[in-house]
Amino acid sequence: MTDTVAPEQLVFIALQANSDTISIIEAIMADNPRAVLNEYPAMVKIDAPGRLVIKRETIEEALGRSYDLREIQLNLISLGGSVDESEDEFILEWKRV
Amino acid sequence: MSATEELKPVKKLNLKENYSLLTRGLGWEPTYHTKAAVYPMMAFEGIKIHDWDKWEDPFRLTMDAYWKYQGEKERKLYAIIDAFQQNNGQFQVTDARYVQALKVFINGVTELEYLSHRGFCILSREFEGVGPRIAAQMQSIDELRHAQTQIHAISQYNKYFTGMSCFPYQFDHAWYLSIPKSFFEDAVSSGPFEFITAISFAFEYVLTNLVFMPWMSGAAFNGDMATVSFGFSAQSDEARHMTLGIEVIKFLLEQDPDNLPIVQRWIDKWFWRGYRLLTLLAAMMDYMLPKRVMSWSEAWEIYFEQNGGALFVDLARYGVRMPKYWEVTVKEKGLVSHQLWSTFYQLRHAVAFPVWLPSDDEMDWMSAKYPDTFDKYFRPKYTYWKELEAAGTPYIVDTLPVLCQTCQWPTLFAEPDDPMQTCHRESVYKGETFHFCSDGCKDIFDYEPEKYVHAWMPVQQILQGNCFLPGVDPTAPDFNPLVEALKYMGIKPGIDGGDFATCQDARNWEEWTKRAASMYEAMATPPVATAAE
Amino acid sequence: MSVRAITPDYHGDFKDTEDKYHGQRLLGLSWDHNGLYTNPFCIPVAPDMPFAALADQVIPKLFGPHPDFSGIDWSKVTWYRGATAFTPDRAKTLDENGIKHKALIRFALPSPGPFARSLGVAA
Repeated sequence: MTDTVAPEQLVFIALQANSDTISIIEAIMADNPRAVLNEYPAMVKIDAPGRLVIKRETIEEALGRSYDLREIQLNLISLGGSVDESEDEFILEWKRV
Repeated sequence: MSATEELKPVKKLNLKENYSLLTRGLGWEPTYHTKAAVYPMMAFEGIKIHDWDKWEDPFRLTMDAYWKYQGEKERKLYAIIDAFQQNNGQFQVTDARYVQALKVFINGVTELEYLSHRGFCILSREFEGVGPRIAAQMQSIDELRHAQTQIHAISQYNKYFTGMSCFPYQFDHAWYLSIPKSFFEDAVSSGPFEFITAISFAFEYVLTNLVFMPWMSGAAFNGDMATVSFGFSAQSDEARHMTLGIEVIKFLLEQDPDNLPIVQRWIDKWFWRGYRLLTLLAAMMDYMLPKRVMSWSEAWEIYFEQNGGALFVDLARYGVRMPKYWEVTVKEKGLVSHQLWSTFYQLRHAVAFPVWLPSDDEMDWMSAKYPDTFDKYFRPKYTYWKELEAAGTPYIVDTLPVLCQTCQWPTLFAEPDDPMQTCHRESVYKGETFHFCSDGCKDIFDYEPEKYVHAWMPVQQILQGNCFLPGVDPTAPDFNPLVEALKYMGIKPGIDGGDFATCQDARNWEEWTKRAASMYEAMATPPVATAAE
Repeated sequence: MSVRAITPDYHGDFKDTEDKYHGQRLLGLSWDHNGLYTNPFCIPVAPDMPFAALADQVIPKLFGPHPDFSGIDWSKVTWYRGATAFTPDRAKTLDENGIKHKALIRFALPSPGPFARSLGVAA
């Protein structure tokens, strides 16, 4: 099976804007060069064409401590795209089979 | 078993294995009853499931993690609610008009969380598959949490402002709250597959982003940290519910091709029903947030047209198309908030929150946000109504409206291509006429008239003389069904509803905060100068 | 097409049949393109009320405050019963005019009045 991503469709993740998420947002933006950060009162919404990858390792580096990706639940507001979650990566994408 | 084997450290399970043990290992095959007897609700909707093990929950949340993270969310939330209450946060919000939006929220939205809790509780018994049963169980607990935290956060406002103290009563009695109530009861009284398609997919995945993102961000913008905190705390669960919604659709469609037409009809129905329900939110966003983050029209573009559009492109591979009449929602995005606010203004003596006409500054904002519609169709009417108010002859209508048999709104919406003409649709079923606000609502009725003929329509009930408090004699010559109905609905003239400028909340706000009840208007009674004589 | 229910042949009771209105019936009233009123009105009426009483007493009470109302030339108005145009007989009752329980009666002017136009109704 080969997944070809439809590049024009956006996936997104929305997070609360607080001191926990500063590093998480930083890590997401570093790992996803095509992502766009939209800032609203008390929240941010990160849009990316086709696919967005959130990596545990990058967040751990930014936070300076170990991080369980499921912790993202604490500050998650919403998302768009199919979720694939493992210990190391939290992936949002629109798959075309 | 030898002692050495017992001491051998257990291999740490990874996330997928752990989740699989929870959702597969805990199920069992019934031996002394048939599966059909144990899960009697699985067949009647016509959905065919061949292999429940194909169910995949993408979040793979296990119980230990669930309780851990939910507990943390609660601690964070209650720290904020405590701080809010200790600091008199209810007086730090923009103005007393903002508080009226919370009144709509506690009376019309919080009960939906509770109904959702009940619905998912039912599903967690009815589904045959263990994976969806676990997900439904977690969601049921989440929804109860949402109802509780909303009640708790808003309870602080209830100490100071009117119209919030009887929210469960009003939800069951007030005419316009039959709109959210009937929406959710329609879903709860369907089958398990329809309920989950309706609520998890059509409502939560496609539509509730509009409630919890632009609306809650707006609450933050207006200084209400209690509301934004319960809103975002709820929405963090909602993200998980949304993935459940999309998983349900994919699972149903992968299981059997015969499921497609059934699921597509549910998507069509529940998208439209949810969209009509959100008209309330449209009016709250454009009119009840004194400081605005974005317009309803902009929010619809981002969260439905763009994000919802991406979703349906993805689902096309299953044969699913965009919900029927989605084009109508795009045509209506510049109209619905204004149409509803005008209707609330027209009926302001009969709703449980006071209503106002937008100030000149706000009308300028609307002109900018709605360049094609506001100045053309709504500003002239508001200007006329302001003139009538200034002349001391305010516009008021005391005749009841025709209601849509499906969504229960007054038939206040326009023809999609003729914004100044009310859209009238009707069906005749077994000799009786039924009215609708739109083709979307008419289609829903026409498919299941057996269900909707039974709807409790407030206007009809009032005119049948059924809405009055105990001790009132409906056969008495001076029985006034409209006056009695307001009492029955818990709407107190002079306290709830009516004109904002003279309402009790506005007067109290100015007395207690020494700030104007509306940030766009001067104080009704300027504070007395305290300088030395 | 019909509802799927766990109970065979499920059918909800009709909640709003005419017999529940104590000798009256429901009537919807709407003025096309009036520009001001945001929704049609629903009132209880006696089936034997003459159409003339509806036109001369009820309708002015409901729509009279509209600034265009007094200028309406009623000989040029088109009446609708549901989606169908009809010519009411003023001397006959509502029932004899085919206005049954829960009918919606609309009236439309050949062109909008000056006030409706000022509110944005296209000429």
